[in-house]
Amino acid sequence: MIKFLIKGILRDKSRSLLPVIVVSLGVFLTVFMSGWMKGVFGDMIDMNANYSMGHVKIMTRAYAENEEQIPNDLALLDVSSLTEKLNKEYPDLEWVRRIQFGGLLDVPDANGETRAQGPAAGRAVDLLSAGSKEAERLNIPKSIVKGRLPQKQGEVLISHEFAERFGVELGDDISILGSTMYGSMVVPTFQVCGTINFGMAMLDRGAIIMDITDAELAFDMCDAAGELLAYFKSGLYDDELALAIREDFNNKYSDEADEFSPQMVRLRDEATLKQYLDMADNMSAMMVSIFVIAMSIVLWNTGLLGGLRRYTEYGVRLALGEEKGHIFRTIIYEAVIIGSIGSVVGSALGIGVSYYLQENGIDFSAMMENVTMMMPTVYRAKVTPELFYIGFIPGLLAMTLGNALAGYAIYKRKTAQLFKELEV
Amino acid sequence: MNDMIIELNQLTKRFPVGSGFFTALTDINLEFGKGEFAGLVGPSGSGKTTLLNIIGSLDVPSDGSATVMGKSIASLNQKQAANLRNHNIGFIFQTYNLLPVYTVYENVEFALLLQNMSTNERRKAVMQALEWVGLTDKEKSKPSMLSGGECQRVAIARSMVKKPEIVLADEPTANLDSKNSHHILQTMQKLNEELGVTFIFSTHDEKVMQYLKRKISLADGKVVNDELVSMLQ
Repeated sequence: MIKFLIKGILRDKSRSLLPVIVVSLGVFLTVFMSGWMKGVFGDMIDMNANYSMGHVKIMTRAYAENEEQIPNDLALLDVSSLTEKLNKEYPDLEWVRRIQFGGLLDVPDANGETRAQGPAAGRAVDLLSAGSKEAERLNIPKSIVKGRLPQKQGEVLISHEFAERFGVELGDDISILGSTMYGSMVVPTFQVCGTINFGMAMLDRGAIIMDITDAELAFDMCDAAGELLAYFKSGLYDDELALAIREDFNNKYSDEADEFSPQMVRLRDEATLKQYLDMADNMSAMMVSIFVIAMSIVLWNTGLLGGLRRYTEYGVRLALGEEKGHIFRTIIYEAVIIGSIGSVVGSALGIGVSYYLQENGIDFSAMMENVTMMMPTVYRAKVTPELFYIGFIPGLLAMTLGNALAGYAIYKRKTAQLFKELEV
Repeated sequence: MNDMIIELNQLTKRFPVGSGFFTALTDINLEFGKGEFAGLVGPSGSGKTTLLNIIGSLDVPSDGSATVMGKSIASLNQKQAANLRNHNIGFIFQTYNLLPVYTVYENVEFALLLQNMSTNERRKAVMQALEWVGLTDKEKSKPSMLSGGECQRVAIARSMVKKPEIVLADEPTANLDSKNSHHILQTMQKLNEELGVTFIFSTHDEKVMQYLKRKISLADGKVVNDELVSMLQ
């Protein structure tokens, strides 16, 4: 019987083609949109994790309260000892120190006089230690436009846009007008070894990247760090584990009465990011729900039209001794076959396009010149295992549900009444 | 021993119409034995098709009884009624009603798919049925490639392939020209004689009436005449 049904489906294009197209299109949109959203939100999440949040982050309670002001005077102290403890207690995590700072970049001329000045956001990470993943984590090697990574102390990278604007060349000296963690003004000088384009409007306007040891020396922050970030060694953010670690750490180390006591936050605690993550989850669920409802209605009508067109066939089959229940079941079998074909085609197309956009992405930089949020300018889709079923199951479900609703009308008719309507 | 395969006693059929009822058949008393070649004749609305539907277990009487192959139609559940049609009753329709996307072979084979026969058994039965109607060379053709007469012969093969005791033919020649009508009727007559299958026609076609051995005239849902034609001739 199944063979008989498949022959019918393959030969009767009006029975199969439209539903397959409808299901394929719906599944394609669901899979692609899901992959696209996963990619876009995933990029934002990764970017936030890599650049500022880590999977979990430790700051002093006071620093955390004024984090947007980068108050290095409230930085963590005795970081080596803390890191040692953390490595023992949380072996799933890899800990890194970060120092952020703001200041005025001063570009001197040949005589040491100021040639140009501009505000800059600085970031000090571990670039020189053997085995450090920080450069890759911040995507620095791929973001270098000219020059190279710092190879020794005293070398820095600056944003390419800043360098172009102020005519800074590789090998030029630049100074930073800033302050130490104890409040004294300092003007350390560094040599530019490369320019960098992050692809993030906010950073590309004026950024300086240096090794953490340079920042420690420049800002008098020996064995101190504004932030202590940690990443799961698996590379994947695990929210449940992050939550458990946060609770454990804060119970052990954080003291509400001591503003210098350390406090841990997880990636999802970042307010904007939390909204993004919640929105991503909700949108995926909403999209799948809307798809199933909309497709079911469309396919219900398609099924009804198909059912009307095939009334004669059903009548003949009744006369030949097929039960109404069996006819209903064959309608469902057909729906499952057509739904499967449509879902496979739709999923393959959706995954294919998502993969293409994962590899190539779409560059929105021209539209984001004035954006101040930390967000990527090149958006990519992301192919995840979820894409293999997120469209397939709803596609199959919608087709089956639509046809079941249409078939139910036939099933509920009295045989004689149906036979009359069938006009056999 | 009762050798009647169809017995209709005081059969009445009413259909709800608005707040009342329309009586399509009234007090029908008929019996059909094995191997009959009978026709229900009468104008449109006389109740021919309703009677065929009840005999074919597609409908049930409102009053009285209809017994087919020893089974009371009114007492059959849906599954039993379908089983009766599947094994004991064949239908032939005015408009052939072949499934257009399937070949001649597959159209005839379909009736057997419901009987869980093996492929070889099905093949043998289908080819035999096509041989009865002289269409073995058309087994791979689609209905759209056949003439009206050939389509109706396929429909006959489809109704006969499961070797039913009863074939119900509703205006089988209405869409055929004279030559094809005679060809079809001769084919059915041959099957009736050779296989002993009971044929019951619903018709008002004079050509069909020439072949009938028994003619039952209906008017306004009542039997007005029941005669054995061959005995009269």
